[in-house]
Amino acid sequence: MTSSFVSSFPAACWVILDLDLNHFPFPALSDTSPEITLSARKLTRRFGNRHIIHDVSLTLRRGEVLGLLGHNGAGKSTTMQMLTGCLLPDSGNIEICGIDLLRQPILAKKHLGYLPETPPLYRELRVDDYLAFAARLRGIENGKVAAALAQAKQRCGLEAVGGKIIATLSKGYQQRVGIAQAIVHDPEVVVLDEPTVGLDPAQIRDIRALIRELGDRSSVILSTHLLGEVESLCDRVEIMQKGRLIYGDTTAALASHGGEPGRLEENFIRITEGETAATIGGNDK
Amino acid sequence: MIRLIAMRELRSLFTLPSTWIIFAALQFVFAWFFLARLEAFLEVQPQLAQLANPPGVTVTVAAPMFNTIALLLMMLTPMYTMRLIAEERRNQTLPLLLSAPLSELHIVLGKFLGMLAFLVALSAGVPLMLYSLALGTSLDHGLMLSNILGLLLLTASFTALGLYVSALTAQPVIAAIGALAALVGLWLADIGASAPDSPWHAISPLGRFQNFNAGLLDSSDALFFVLFTGVFLLLTIRRLHNNRIYG
Repeated sequence: MTSSFVSSFPAACWVILDLDLNHFPFPALSDTSPEITLSARKLTRRFGNRHIIHDVSLTLRRGEVLGLLGHNGAGKSTTMQMLTGCLLPDSGNIEICGIDLLRQPILAKKHLGYLPETPPLYRELRVDDYLAFAARLRGIENGKVAAALAQAKQRCGLEAVGGKIIATLSKGYQQRVGIAQAIVHDPEVVVLDEPTVGLDPAQIRDIRALIRELGDRSSVILSTHLLGEVESLCDRVEIMQKGRLIYGDTTAALASHGGEPGRLEENFIRITEGETAATIGGNDK
Repeated sequence: MIRLIAMRELRSLFTLPSTWIIFAALQFVFAWFFLARLEAFLEVQPQLAQLANPPGVTVTVAAPMFNTIALLLMMLTPMYTMRLIAEERRNQTLPLLLSAPLSELHIVLGKFLGMLAFLVALSAGVPLMLYSLALGTSLDHGLMLSNILGLLLLTASFTALGLYVSALTAQPVIAAIGALAALVGLWLADIGASAPDSPWHAISPLGRFQNFNAGLLDSSDALFFVLFTGVFLLLTIRRLHNNRIYG
């Protein structure tokens, strides 16, 4: 009797505390930040003897656009492949909307949209057929495919080319089809790997507007090596260098890093070239 | 999901004009074989009629026809299976499937069943042509069904092997040459082995088909085809999973 009282006492206190917190009149004590949609902890990855990714941890909240910035070969694409389940990490774990991607991949991937560096397009299909296939693949029921398709096409500006064969479209439109397949099921997390590479300035402007709009509804993580893209799109930036995250803060903080506001490019170069040795040296210790 | 991927394979195949041209050309070739066989049968029919227990039209026309189709399928299947996974790798479309909420089993079975359905449609004209003989004579339905079942199992085993070789490379042409080399190699080893108990007879799909072709339904032959197909499908699933491990 005594022992059961002792064991249930902490739980009873917790319930009382919990009730108190719920009814507490000041919002400062309740968590008002948006929910975490993607969380990756301590990801590592080797290819043979080469260590490509070291201890990468990332968190993404609903309505946030996170830029993964880094030089070519920094490990951005490998990280994105791991975040989308295309590549298994050697260690670490990934959660998408609270579901473990490595243990329950099918459930977790339902909340995920992914545009790889090269859009995964079946070029012989018509845009409508391809997007319908992508929608069904992500688990949208047959009856709802038409509505999902119409919405994705409207958001990506593809209404006029629905009946065209993908191979006949320009590179800009193919990129839009690539983004449309990633968002056709309205996922919570959208992963975009260099979405504007190889596009002309007008196409880049359109795609950026689309990504900004996506950021209002979902969480977006995009990799790029273009600083302008980060500045115009991202709420937060993580800088990657040689497989490590060496800097993470808001875009505005990066621009004013070191007390020199509005100098994103200089600060990025200073961080990746000047501070890398110190950061890596510090980690190795 | 399996059906969805199978339908996508079929849709991709039938959007290509070359598929329709080859489809039509093959029906012409099948019809040519059939008519040539039928003509040969009609020429020797008076002599056959003098025998005490003459062979019927099913044995003299249908069985050799199925044997020829089996040989043709051995060469045709790698040409179609080569692109199943190798082309997805080359065009970098595999991430679409790997990042979608489905397992490797769905992907492999979808691709396998889609291709099998296509090859069955491709060779469906043959039994239809042979059954047209039923309008003028009576057929040995047991022998016909045994041949159809054998051809189906044989096609499934060819498709599974082709799918596996396609999963090993990013070059469809290499996948076609690899699968063709494996299938022709097994066939040549089978017909080249003179000893009746040689293991080459046991592991050759075309060798195993001979019993079906003669109207003999042996459960060990059927089990061989099921195991052969299953092993190569499992190997393909493993190869796709390795894609996530080794990149």
